[in-house]
Amino acid sequence: MYDIIIIGAGVVGSSIARVLSKYKLKIAVLDKEVDICEQTSKANSGIVHSGYDAHVGSMKAKMNLRGSKMMEKLCQELDVPYRRNGSMVLALSLEDLPKLAILKTQGDTNGVEGLRILTRDEAIKMEPNLSNEVAGALFAPTGGIVDPFKLTIASAEIAFQNGVEFKLKTKVIDVEKHDDHFVVFTDKGELITKVLVNAAGVYADDFNNQLSAHKLKITPRKGEYCLFDKQVGNLVDKTIFQLPTNLGKGVLVTPTPDGNLLVGPTANDIIDKDDISTTAEGLKSVVDRAKKSVKQIPMGFVITAFAGLRATEQNGDFVIGEAADVPNFYNAAGIESPGLTSAPAIGEYLGEMISQKLHAVAKSDYVKIRKDTVRFESLSLAEKAAIIKENPEYGKIICRCELVTLAQIKDAIHRPLGATTLDGIKRRTRAGAGRCQAGFCSPRVIEILAKELHLDPREIAKNDNNSVMLIEFDKDSL
Amino acid sequence: MINHDIVIIGGGPAGLAAAISCYENGNQDIIILERDNSLGGILNQCIHNGFGLHTFKEELTGPEYAARYVAKVQSLGIDYRLNTMVIDISKDKVVSSINETDGLMQIQAKAIILTMGCRERSRGALNIPGYRPAGIFSAGTAQRYVNIEGYMPGRQIVILGSGDIGLIMARRLTLEGALVKMVCEIMPYSGGLKRNIVQCLDDYNIPLRLNHTVTKIFGKERVTGVMVSEVDAFRQPIPSTEEYVECDTLLLSVGLIPENELSRKAEVAINQKTQGPEVDESLSTSIPGIFAAGNVLHVHDLVDYVSMEAALAGKNAVKYVQGLLKTGLSIVIESKNGVRYTVPGTINPDNAEDITVVRFRTSDVYRDAYLSVYLDDERVMHLKKRILTPGEMEQIVIPKKWFAERPNLKKITIMVEKE
Ligand SMILES: Cc1cc2nc3c(=O)[nH]c(=O)nc-3n(C[C@H](O)[C@H](O)[C@H](O)COP(=O)(O)OP(=O)(O)OC[C@H]3O[C@@H](n4cnc5c(N)ncnc54)[C@H](O)[C@@H]3O)c2cc1C
Ligand SMILES: Cc1cc2nc3c(=O)[nH]c(=O)nc-3n(C[C@H](O)[C@H](O)[C@H](O)COP(=O)(O)OP(=O)(O)OC[C@H]3O[C@@H](n4cnc5c(N)ncnc54)[C@H](O)[C@@H]3O)c2cc1C
Repeated sequence: MYDIIIIGAGVVGSSIARVLSKYKLKIAVLDKEVDICEQTSKANSGIVHSGYDAHVGSMKAKMNLRGSKMMEKLCQELDVPYRRNGSMVLALSLEDLPKLAILKTQGDTNGVEGLRILTRDEAIKMEPNLSNEVAGALFAPTGGIVDPFKLTIASAEIAFQNGVEFKLKTKVIDVEKHDDHFVVFTDKGELITKVLVNAAGVYADDFNNQLSAHKLKITPRKGEYCLFDKQVGNLVDKTIFQLPTNLGKGVLVTPTPDGNLLVGPTANDIIDKDDISTTAEGLKSVVDRAKKSVKQIPMGFVITAFAGLRATEQNGDFVIGEAADVPNFYNAAGIESPGLTSAPAIGEYLGEMISQKLHAVAKSDYVKIRKDTVRFESLSLAEKAAIIKENPEYGKIICRCELVTLAQIKDAIHRPLGATTLDGIKRRTRAGAGRCQAGFCSPRVIEILAKELHLDPREIAKNDNNSVMLIEFDKDSL
Repeated sequence: MINHDIVIIGGGPAGLAAAISCYENGNQDIIILERDNSLGGILNQCIHNGFGLHTFKEELTGPEYAARYVAKVQSLGIDYRLNTMVIDISKDKVVSSINETDGLMQIQAKAIILTMGCRERSRGALNIPGYRPAGIFSAGTAQRYVNIEGYMPGRQIVILGSGDIGLIMARRLTLEGALVKMVCEIMPYSGGLKRNIVQCLDDYNIPLRLNHTVTKIFGKERVTGVMVSEVDAFRQPIPSTEEYVECDTLLLSVGLIPENELSRKAEVAINQKTQGPEVDESLSTSIPGIFAAGNVLHVHDLVDYVSMEAALAGKNAVKYVQGLLKTGLSIVIESKNGVRYTVPGTINPDNAEDITVVRFRTSDVYRDAYLSVYLDDERVMHLKKRILTPGEMEQIVIPKKWFAERPNLKKITIMVEKE
C-alpha cells in the first residue's frame, strides 16, 4: 500500500512529489505518457507571472504570488534556467489607458511589488522595437521567464532521488474509494493508496468526478505559438503582453531563457482533450495580433509552431485541496495559467497539508540540490577547454545548432529518470531544439539512445511508442 | 594559441578547392577544419551522378567528385582536422574549434576562408499547421538516412517543395521501393534543375503539382496523411481544391539557407537576399582577410561552380597574406528588374582578374527575355535567353578591359529586359 499516489507527472504533480519526498512516505507518481512533462507543462509560454491579472482573493492570485516569490531561489537549487526579465502590458490606444490603471490596482491589491505605469515614450525607451500604436504600458519588474521542461524535470528528478517511484506509461482508468484507502486501476494493474492526489491536467475532472459529488468541468482551451530562431531572440528583452481579455492574457512576445523568441498564444475552447494540433487560422491570428505589439515579426525566422491546452475549470479558479466529501483525496485541478508559476506554491501548499494529515516524519538525508546536465553552449571558451580535458566526449558535437555534445546526451539518458525518446533528449539537452529542428542530429541521437539503452534503432521513438522514426532497417531486405 | 596563415572552415568541395588553390598559389601554411568525420561535405550523401560535367567533362557521383579533390589535398600534404567543429571566429581572426582529442583549439590566422555550406530550411519556416508527429523529414535528412545510415524514412511519401534535393530523393526513394505519391510546389515553376525534373520525376511517373502546397498534416504520433491544396495567384490555398493524400512521411525540400552563424560572430556583413556574406570581386567579405565561397556565400546548384569560386577565394587569400590585395574605390553592381542579387556585389578594378564572373539568380521565370548589362547608362550586353528561372543560377562575364576603357565608371547594372 502506498501512502500517496499522485496522478500526473506534469509540473504540478512533480512539484507536489518533490515537496512530499522530504518525508518518510511511500509515494508513486503515475503518468500515461512515456516521459515526464509530456502534456501542458511542455507547451506553454514559460512566463513567471508577477500576479497582477489574477482576481483579488482567488486561489490563482494566492498561488501565483507565492510561486513568483519562490521561483528564483528554487531555480537556483534545481539548476533551472530562469531570468527575471520583467514584463509589460501594453495599451494600444488611448481608450485602453484606464484599463492599465485598473490592472495596476488589482496587482497592488494582490501584493505585486514595483508595478509602474509607463508613458508611451518611457515604454519605447525600454523596448525600442515596440509598435507605434503603443499608448502606454504597465511595467512589472518581478515578471520572469523559466524553462518549463527543466522546472518539471528537475522537480521530478529530486522526487525520484528522494525515493518517489515514477510509473510512466501507466494510464489510470478508474479510481475507487474504500474505507481507509483508494484503489487505483491502471492499464498496468491495480494499486492501493491511503492518499490520492489528482494532478491530471486536462483530465483532472474525470478523477474528481469519479469520487466527489462536487463536480468539476474542465474545458481544454488551446493556445498556439510560433517559436523563432535565436538570431531574432533579442527583438524584445521583456515579456510584452497586451491587455487581457476574458479568454486569457492575450498574445505575448517574449524571449525564452534559452534566447529564442516566442510569440503566442491563441485562446480557443475545444472539445478533444488530446488535440494539440496547430491550425492555419491560429498561427495567422498569433502573428497578426503580435504585430500590434512590436514593429515587425521576423516571419522568415520561425523554426517551429506548437500548441498547448489550458485546463480551464468552469468556475475560473484553481481547485486545490482536500475534497470536502472525500477525505484523503486531494485535487490540484483546473490548473490553467498561471499554473507553471504557481506549481512550486501548489507543491508547498498541498505538501504541507498532506504531510500533516499523515503525521509524516521528515527525512534526514533529503537531497535538495540538483545539478543540471551541463549546458555546454553557455560555457566560456576556457570552461569548454577544461571540461573537454576532463571528459573528451564534451568535444564531440552531436547537435550543431545548439552545440550539444555526446557527453550531455549520455548524461540525459543515464541521469535519474533519464530520457528514452528523442523528445526526452531534446527537453533535457536542447539537442534538436534549434534552427534545423533535429534534421541533422536525430540519426545520431537515435543511434546513441539505441546503444545506451541496448535497443534496436527502430525501437527509438520521438515521444511515444507509436511515433517510431524509422520504418525499415537496411535496404538489403528490399 | 597556434598560428596558421590561412584557416579554411569547412571541408566540402568549396573548402577543398580553396585549400588546393592556396597551395598552388604559393602559400602552404594552411589548415582545413571540418566538423564531419570525413572531407567532402554534402557530396558524400549525393550518390547520384551528375557532378563534374564542367570541370572533368564526365559525369561523376558526388563522392567520386569529392574524392578527386580529397586525393589532391592529401597528396599535397595539406593539413586538415576532422570531427572538429569551429565554434567561434573573432574579427581579429582567431578561430576557435573543438574536438575530442585537441579539446579547445585556438588558431590565430592571417586570412580565413568561410566554406561552411548551407543547411535545409525546416518545417517551421513554412508554418504548416497540424500535429508534430514523427515522419516529417527534410529531404537532406532523408537522403542521409537512406544513403549513409541505411534506413528508410517511410513507405508512402509526399514531397513538399521541388528543390533539387527533393527531386533527387523522389527517385531515390522510388528505387528503394517506397511509393512517392507526388511532389507539391507552391510556385508556378520548380525550384530545381530541369534535368532533375525529367530524370527524377518524369521518368518515374511521379506527378509534379505546381501551384500546390500542403495545408495540414494529419497523425498524432506518426504522419497518416496530408491535405494538399491548390494556391491562387497570391499563393493562398483555395479551399475548394483541398485533397487528402494518405502517406506516412512528408519530405520537405523547401530551400537551403547559407550557414552563417560563425560569420555573424565575426561581424561579417550579410546580404539579406542571399543570406550569405557581402563580397567583392576577390570574394573578400566586409572584414578584410575573411573570404567566402560555395554554398555559404549563395546556394549553388552545380558543384563545378562551387569549386571555381572557391579557387578564386583561395588565390585572393594568398594575395591578402602577401599584402597584394588593393583597397580603394569599388564599382557597385546593381541588380534590377528580375535579377535578385549578384555575387560579387562590388568590383575593385585594381584587383579584378582578366575576367570577373558575376553569378546571380532571377526572381521569377522569364521566357524569351534579355539579360542586359549597363555600364553606368551605356548598355554593353544584351543577351537573348529562351528561359530564365530562379531554379538555375545564371552568370555573366565582365572583362577587365571595360574598366580600363572607362576610368570614371561608377556602377554596373544587371537586369532582365523584355526586349
Ligand atoms: C497556452 C498556454 C500558455 C500557458 N502559459 C503559462 C505561463 O506563461 N505561465 C504560467 O505560469 N502558466 C502558463 N500556462 C499554464 C501551465 O502550463 C499549466 O498550468 C501547467 O503546465 C499545468 O501543469 P499540470 O501538471 O497540471 O498539467 P500537465 O502538464 O498537463 O500534466 C498532467 C499530467 O497528467 C497525466 N495524465 C492525465 N490523465 C492521466 C491518466 N488517466 N493516467 C495517467 N496520467 C494521466 C498527463 O499525461 C500529464 O502528464 C499556460 C498554459 C497553456 C496551455
Ligand atoms: C542533395 C544535393 C544534390 C546536389 N546535386 C548536385 C548535382 O547533381 N550536380 C552538381 O554539380 N551539384 C549538385 N549539388 C550542389 C553541390 O553539391 C553543392 O553546391 C556543394 O556541395 C556545395 O559545396 P560547399 O563546400 O559550399 O558546401 P558543403 O558541401 O555543404 O560543405 C560544407 C562543409 O563545411 C562543414 N562545416 C560547416 N560548418 C562548420 C563548422 N562550424 N566547423 C567545421 N566545419 C564546418 C560541413 O560539415 C561541410 O562538410 C547538390 C547538392 C545537394 C545538397
